[in-house]
Amino acid sequence: MPLSKTLLLTIVLAPLFGAAVAGLFRRQVGRVGAAGVTIAGVALSCALSLHVLYQLAWGGAPVFNENLYTWFQVGPFGAHVGFLVDRLTAMMMVVVTFVSLMVHIYTIGYMAEDDGFQRFFSYIALFTFSMLMLVMSNNFLQLFFGWEAVGLVSYLLIGFWFKRPSAIFANMKAFLVNRVGDFGFLLGIAGVLYWFGSLDYAQVFQNTLGDAAATQTVEIFAGHPWHVATIVCICLFIGAMGKSAQVPLHVWLPDSMEGPTPISALIHAATMVTAGIFMVARMSPLFELSETALSFVLVIGATTALFTGLIGVVQNDIKRVVAYSTLSQLGYMTVALGVSAYAGGVYHLMTHAFFKALLFLGAGSVIVAMHHEQDMRYMGGLKKYMPITWITMWLGSLALAGAPAFSGFFSKDAIIEAVGESHRFGAGYAYFCVLAGVFVTALYSFRLLYKTFHGPERFVVDAHHGHGHADHGDDHHEPGHLAHAPHESPWVITLPLVLLAIPSVLIGWFTIGPMLFEGWFGGAIRVAEQNDVLTELGHEFHGPMAMVLHGFTQAPFWIAFAGFAVATYIWLFNPGLTERTKSALRPIYDVLVNKYWIDELYQALFARGGIALGRGFWKAGDVGLIDGAVVNGSAAVVGRVSATVRWLQSGYLYHYAFAMILGLIALLGGLWWIAQAAP
Amino acid sequence: MIPLSHYLTLGAILFCIAVAGIFINRKNVITLLMAIELMLLAVNTNFIAFSRYLGDPSGQVFVFFILTVAAAEAAIGLAILVVLFRNRATINVTEIDSLKG
Amino acid sequence: MSFQLICFYAFAAIAVGAALAVVTVKNPVHAALSLVLTFFTTACVWLLADAEFLAIALVLVYVGAVMVLFLFVVMMLDLDLEPLREGFIRALPFGVIVAVVMLAEMLALIGVRSMDIVAPADPAAAAGLSNVEWLATALFSEFLLPFEVAALILTVGIIAAVPLTLRHRKGVKAQDPARQVRVDPRDRIRVVKMAAETSAVQNGTLPNQESSAP
Repeated sequence: MPLSKTLLLTIVLAPLFGAAVAGLFRRQVGRVGAAGVTIAGVALSCALSLHVLYQLAWGGAPVFNENLYTWFQVGPFGAHVGFLVDRLTAMMMVVVTFVSLMVHIYTIGYMAEDDGFQRFFSYIALFTFSMLMLVMSNNFLQLFFGWEAVGLVSYLLIGFWFKRPSAIFANMKAFLVNRVGDFGFLLGIAGVLYWFGSLDYAQVFQNTLGDAAATQTVEIFAGHPWHVATIVCICLFIGAMGKSAQVPLHVWLPDSMEGPTPISALIHAATMVTAGIFMVARMSPLFELSETALSFVLVIGATTALFTGLIGVVQNDIKRVVAYSTLSQLGYMTVALGVSAYAGGVYHLMTHAFFKALLFLGAGSVIVAMHHEQDMRYMGGLKKYMPITWITMWLGSLALAGAPAFSGFFSKDAIIEAVGESHRFGAGYAYFCVLAGVFVTALYSFRLLYKTFHGPERFVVDAHHGHGHADHGDDHHEPGHLAHAPHESPWVITLPLVLLAIPSVLIGWFTIGPMLFEGWFGGAIRVAEQNDVLTELGHEFHGPMAMVLHGFTQAPFWIAFAGFAVATYIWLFNPGLTERTKSALRPIYDVLVNKYWIDELYQALFARGGIALGRGFWKAGDVGLIDGAVVNGSAAVVGRVSATVRWLQSGYLYHYAFAMILGLIALLGGLWWIAQAAP
Repeated sequence: MIPLSHYLTLGAILFCIAVAGIFINRKNVITLLMAIELMLLAVNTNFIAFSRYLGDPSGQVFVFFILTVAAAEAAIGLAILVVLFRNRATINVTEIDSLKG
Repeated sequence: MSFQLICFYAFAAIAVGAALAVVTVKNPVHAALSLVLTFFTTACVWLLADAEFLAIALVLVYVGAVMVLFLFVVMMLDLDLEPLREGFIRALPFGVIVAVVMLAEMLALIGVRSMDIVAPADPAAAAGLSNVEWLATALFSEFLLPFEVAALILTVGIIAAVPLTLRHRKGVKAQDPARQVRVDPRDRIRVVKMAAETSAVQNGTLPNQESSAP
């Protein structure tokens, strides 16, 4: 049964309707109404998305690709709103709406005491709409619309607590860094339109099949021909680097943790930041044309995977640890894209969405319990207060670290194997990075668990501490002092944790076979034959059980286990060791704590540089050239010339008469000369 | 019959005398005005000669207009002169340098 | 040499001589009279060129009106002539050189082009008209608009000359009806309200205090 337009439109518009009602009529609908209408909208979306996925996967529905509305038509170029729904899209829709639904439910508990309750619901529902527009788009323009819309919502939500200077700084930073990426993205889209003659996916991918697309070159600098595919792909990937926070445009993501935790889970871990990954996977026919662009992707991804993970090891803010882990995992996905294992990247995207959302929501649950204390140095021993959070966090961390049979194991192992199979330039470096990254991932994951849930309690409960829950949102009371003992969060918080823990554990097992090796995505992802590392791997794949058993004999498992062992030794059994290690490895520790000084570099280079440039232009250009040379200069020239010419203007009548007569004599002489010359 | 060049020569001589007069009497506005009248007379002579020798009445019409304008000019020039003398008690051109900025 | 040519030379000689006198004589009255002579002889030269109307007009307008105006002004102004003659000798060589150069140039131009031009018959007579009719025909047909403009210029000249020389004298006891009509009582008298006068006793100074003090 083919998919109907009405169905797809309902999926997209239900969250928008919720967002509009909750946002525009927030006083009228109140808290319950706002939460109810947005949750209903997203739940409807989620249910219908599952239906769409079912229809596409098992119901035999054909791929839906139609333009629903024409925005404008200029000559042969038309801007349309349309949907392309194939299995890739359907999977993304399910991930987005499901995680969004969980976050919506969770928000009821997390934001219960916040004044911006309705505003928050409006934003996250609007985000769901934007993200759906992004993933369901069938053309680049609508993709860009979704791309910018999610960026906007991200900006609004990072600065949700707009009275905090740090939040304003963070959302400005996110906005500016994303502009850099979006500029590349826009150039890429322009390049697609210019060289492939259309913005419609199907049309563009059709055009990539010809020989001309692969061999066409352009000289940006004279004498250096570039393949247009390389230029377009690198530009598009720069957009993905901004959105998916790849080195060196990753700096905004850790700071985005200034926003409320539910959106960290939804936007800055599970869905929006994966838009770049999704986009590259969607553009696989384009990227396959350019070996150079894929190598670029690979190297960037590998660098991100290892080096941002390392920073996570030294962070003390529970959300920042998870944020750096997100950066690192995004690096893994990018690496998968870079070796043409697009399905692997998307697969990891899906599993990561579940367990990273789980980790974030769990961290949020801890934060709520600790009365908005985020520093792990003042936690510890929480497992007896909040068992559900503890267990689900353990499950999520195991999945993240890649414990065999957990979802992360399948996706991460597949990526590592794919990198090992690849012969692309940079694959050796990437292989090292992803293997080392496994160790780092295990290290920070278990560090987080041990410091938060195990060991001695490093906080004090002040029973007589005067004020109640509501005041704790923003004020900086003394660290490590709590008004009440921590307690397990309400069911609206734990329910999403449990619901997310299930796919975190199980989904890898059931989906690895079809998604990676059996061509489940069909025509959505196109891989050139010589690049198809996943098919290579598929020859050795004999079902998930065999993979798990085989995994115990492989390097990644032992590396992860080593990370687990080291983390256990340092943070569970021998806490004093950290200080000594810290002082022994002071230079490395400094580098990591300061995040390689990239923020400082940007601050000095771009912020100061921008100010210096502006000041230079102001002083030299505006004051010097325009005001000085042009405005005052022309006046001065006139003044000086006049002062000279003034000498001629004696004011005596006979001087003027004399000048006139001299002129007359000259004129007569000229006439006479002409008369002489004439025959 | 008188050749054309005679008239033109007469005009030229009168004009040059007027120019010389402007130079040597450069302090006396009245003489300056008279020299200008003399110049106009020289020009008029030329016009009349050409009109006669080309058989075209336009030259004489021109002279007619020049006489008109010259009369007006003389009237206004003398009026200015009177006002000037009344205000400055002199008609010495070297003392009239208010034009200088 | 025809009689006409003799007359021309005679008149031209007188005109040149009188013109020289205009620019060289010391007394402006003499200069003005010399100018009258120049105009007059030049008018005779114009007659030789069959421009009767303009010759008469020159005599009437210039000799009769403009030069009289000049003489009137020269005589009316109380001129101190000495400073005006300053630098006359110094400027003379320069002025002569300039004039001679110009004259040489002009004569060269005239000589190049017009030595052999033969005078045609009098165009007015050829058309069977008098000079006045001939001129008037052109003036009132082809040049009608410039003629009107000339009339306007003359009017403007008259009007301009009046305000230039108009002068309001101070201290003349003449009536100004306009000001008399414009009079307003408020400009003439001002009514001031003030408190009634108070007596010395009420002011607190007793007259007998002074005498008892010493």
